[in-house]
Amino acid sequence: MAVTVRIPTALRRVTQGQGEVQVEAKTIGELIDALEKEFPGIKERLVEENGEIRKFVNFFVNDEDIRFLKGKDTELKDGDIVAIIPAIAGGTEA
Amino acid sequence: MSFQFTEEQIKRYSRHIILPEVGGKGQQKLLQSKVLVIGAGGLGSPSLYYLAAAGVGTIGIVDFDVVDFSNLQRQILHNTERVGKPKVESAKMTLEALNPDVKVIAYNERIHKDNVMDIIKDYDVVLDGSDNFPTRFLVNDACYFLGKPLVSAAILRFEGQLTTFDYRDKENSPCYRCLFPEPPPPGLVPSCQEAGLLGVVGGIMGTLQANEALKLILEIGEPLVGKLLVFDALTTEFNIVKLRKDKKCPLCGEKPVIKELIEYDQACDIHF
Repeated sequence: MAVTVRIPTALRRVTQGQGEVQVEAKTIGELIDALEKEFPGIKERLVEENGEIRKFVNFFVNDEDIRFLKGKDTELKDGDIVAIIPAIAGGTEA
Repeated sequence: MSFQFTEEQIKRYSRHIILPEVGGKGQQKLLQSKVLVIGAGGLGSPSLYYLAAAGVGTIGIVDFDVVDFSNLQRQILHNTERVGKPKVESAKMTLEALNPDVKVIAYNERIHKDNVMDIIKDYDVVLDGSDNFPTRFLVNDACYFLGKPLVSAAILRFEGQLTTFDYRDKENSPCYRCLFPEPPPPGLVPSCQEAGLLGVVGGIMGTLQANEALKLILEIGEPLVGKLLVFDALTTEFNIVKLRKDKKCPLCGEKPVIKELIEYDQACDIHF
């Protein structure tokens, strides 16, 4: 289940500059854990301490916001494109 | 009511007038339109430049900052001689020199809960090019309450985001809070220090903001409503994702909890 993840520039310091990475995951929840395994420190930027996705970070699967799908349980299939889009405001980063 | 163009105006706007989608009527609409731009910085510079060149008749600019040397890498309305001058004053000088048809109204003040409605209420379209979340949420909520279309762009490092919220159609248009329900808490924004920005990213996104504003005024094409455009300067890729109206949105949802303006704390006071 290889999916492509688009990393926003604000998080590329954690991904060693990579703007697109491939991970194996069946759901968004698994995808976050898979990213953390490869790029330690990325998870805390994406989820709250209670495990919920941060309110100023959005995940889109093939252009659909996962909040309107099944949230963290949104299923992924081979070839899906997941975009992570945080709120940005000028020089401030989320 | 007929509209008389001067000789000079016919020449100045000839490339617009010749377009069937604009024509004399469209140019007249532009000259009679009022656009407010929040921030005369990296995004506001190109958007204001093109709006003035296009002959938008009244342009309001809100910014309380002064021109700094560190702005000049991207804020093309300003120049070296104007370092230390209020940005709105510098912007007004540049725009009036470009096009004397344009009435520029400068608001040399910080936008806050008590002045935002008054500033916005007389404009047709609002462009947000601010550099902080409290302003973005405040401007969004005010535009929503007043039913004004809001063209929102944001830039960081090598990335830009753009979307249009058309609050003239509150039933159907998603709002900024459908996308981001609340701002990041101040303590949690790890790099309030300068995150850096490739100057041209502001040029690209600000120009696209002006394009959205012109389409709204001219009532042509399709505004970027219900879509978020994300630009990556490093790959020169534009991607569009869908924005949906959130039934649970605290502002525009079925059971809204935000019924008046909220002023969030400034996460930091550094301006770029």
